[in-house]
Amino acid sequence: MDTLVRPALRVRGLSVTFPVSGVDIPAVRHVDLDVPRGELVALLGESGSGKSVTARAVMGLAGEGAQVSADELTLGDVDLNSASARTLRELRGARMSLVLQDALSALNPVLTIGDQLGELFRIHQGASKKVARSRAADLLGQVGIPAPAKRIDDYPHQFSGGMRQRILIAMAIALEPELLIADEPTTALDVTVQAQILDLLGSLRTQLDMGVLLITHDLAVVSEVADRLAVMYAGRVVEAGDADTVLSRPSHPYTEALLRSVPRIEHHGGDLFTIPGSPPNPARVPSGCPFHPRCHRAIDLCSSVRPELLATADGRTVACHRSEEVLDAHSR
Amino acid sequence: MPTAVETVEVLRAEDLVRTYQVGSVLRRSHVSAVDGVSLSLHRGEVLGVVGESGCGKSTLARMLVGLERPDAGRLLYRDTDVTAGHREDRKRLRDGVQMIFQDPYASLDPRMTVLDIVAEPLAANGSGTRSSRRDKVAELLSLVGLAPDMMARYAHQFSGGQRQRIGIARALALDPDVLICDEPVSALDVSVQAQVVNLLADLRKRLGVAIVFIAHDLSVVRHLADRVAVMYLGRIAEIGDTASIYDNPANPYTQALLSAVPSPDRGARGGVSRRRVLTGEPPSPIDPPSGCRFNPRCWLAQDRCHTEVPDLRVVGSTSRRAACHFAESALSGS
Repeated sequence: MDTLVRPALRVRGLSVTFPVSGVDIPAVRHVDLDVPRGELVALLGESGSGKSVTARAVMGLAGEGAQVSADELTLGDVDLNSASARTLRELRGARMSLVLQDALSALNPVLTIGDQLGELFRIHQGASKKVARSRAADLLGQVGIPAPAKRIDDYPHQFSGGMRQRILIAMAIALEPELLIADEPTTALDVTVQAQILDLLGSLRTQLDMGVLLITHDLAVVSEVADRLAVMYAGRVVEAGDADTVLSRPSHPYTEALLRSVPRIEHHGGDLFTIPGSPPNPARVPSGCPFHPRCHRAIDLCSSVRPELLATADGRTVACHRSEEVLDAHSR
Repeated sequence: MPTAVETVEVLRAEDLVRTYQVGSVLRRSHVSAVDGVSLSLHRGEVLGVVGESGCGKSTLARMLVGLERPDAGRLLYRDTDVTAGHREDRKRLRDGVQMIFQDPYASLDPRMTVLDIVAEPLAANGSGTRSSRRDKVAELLSLVGLAPDMMARYAHQFSGGQRQRIGIARALALDPDVLICDEPVSALDVSVQAQVVNLLADLRKRLGVAIVFIAHDLSVVRHLADRVAVMYLGRIAEIGDTASIYDNPANPYTQALLSAVPSPDRGARGGVSRRRVLTGEPPSPIDPPSGCRFNPRCWLAQDRCHTEVPDLRVVGSTSRRAACHFAESALSGS
């Protein structure tokens, strides 16, 4: 993966721990991640898997008390690891930006959309009020809001959920960043609106040549839009690689089980494949491989020795003692 | 396909209407949440109800369990009219129709033990003694796949999937004929959803309980439901057996909705970008359009659609009914 020509984001050995009543709870452990420009990388995981914490740590927004450490954390040519708080603040919005799930609470209810969008140009580029306003209107048009010149003086509550999500995306792309992180951008939306937002993210990525890191729990969304994929479980990446490879022939039992447990619109009836139990609490992660108590392929070794994330011949990385068996099961 | 759907009709709704008033006294507007919905539910049958937010599916659910009184129309439980919501109507409906809620974190009292939670419907109904209720709770917990010795614990000691099982055990306490499930798996982790979906399918098979399964996740509904009702702005756009609706939708709205569903199969990639794109403003149930409520966004709409409300009528050779003046052209064009 080091052959990638233009990485937007490169993460090596990222760990985040939160002190909770005197004990350090690790939320993210030694995560490696690459987001090349112009590609859409999905970070797939369930609640508590550390996917959102990873995104926030990259943005320098892990929160108070969080201990973030990384061997390498670069945005293009900038080392985020050693960047000052001030530098990070200048980079956020301009070169990397974040779209959150809950669009209503991410927007300021007492400012018009034009003010909130225009603020970006005024603060980052010192644009005049008039220029900022017209550029804000252009942006609204770019993300597909009808009659942008009329709607620029509206307040967030006057827009529907899908429109608000578009406005957030407009804010995120305003200064043409090289990295866009979208944290569950379509989870609260209906399928028809979700489809519009996914289309929009896809076309903007090509237009602006951005790297997009899409954080989601929805396998179908990943399958639809992702070029590359990293699957997280209990704070670690358990499988990563090209989305075609991983989705058609998973080599980690968790990826395999997730793919088998989702109902498909083409199929009806019968029992779904189930994963027993539920995802572990970050404070009480099982020994050995963290997935072993729920794994249908676990052997004795799995409960004592944690498998390292290793590269395989087909260019992906996987952390499982039995990945060969999983692969075999899918090539038959 | 339904394997053993018996013909006993347990629940019947006729032309249910529910309207809310919003806004100030001076600028009153009306939310037409449910407008003339009729459906019937047979023993052991799973009816899926799908639609986007604001289409009235949750209001319909609340009317079916008697939590909400319809403004017009009738609700019949086992051929008895329970629309009026008198004391005895409510009791009859509660014995026969129970609800499973979306959020398993908010729907269980944090200060009650699992025993108290699951036994509450029995106690409220005055059935049995304390110890017989305890036995019944143990039986219910094992029915939903929880160990009976967990009954002394509190809700916070359980995971989301286990809490939803507790909610299901509580709903089953009075041996109801019908379970109304309003988005029962959407608050659960992906790896846990399949457990609850399988449990509901299993309960239907073992207990013959009928299920109204309301969800915005169309794949789950396809998996579980025998019949599906698609709702748009308070009305049924199309209703019929699951295979006809999903394979050959006859209402333009159903076609657009289904085409926007992403598939977990990588081979089907790109399906969403080839979808039927809907134009116009997203729907709002406040002062909905006249005629067919889908007309401002429909690519088949003609003058007639702006004035005339389409009836739900049989389209094609199946038992499926669609509310569209041009369902035949929609069907051949799909």
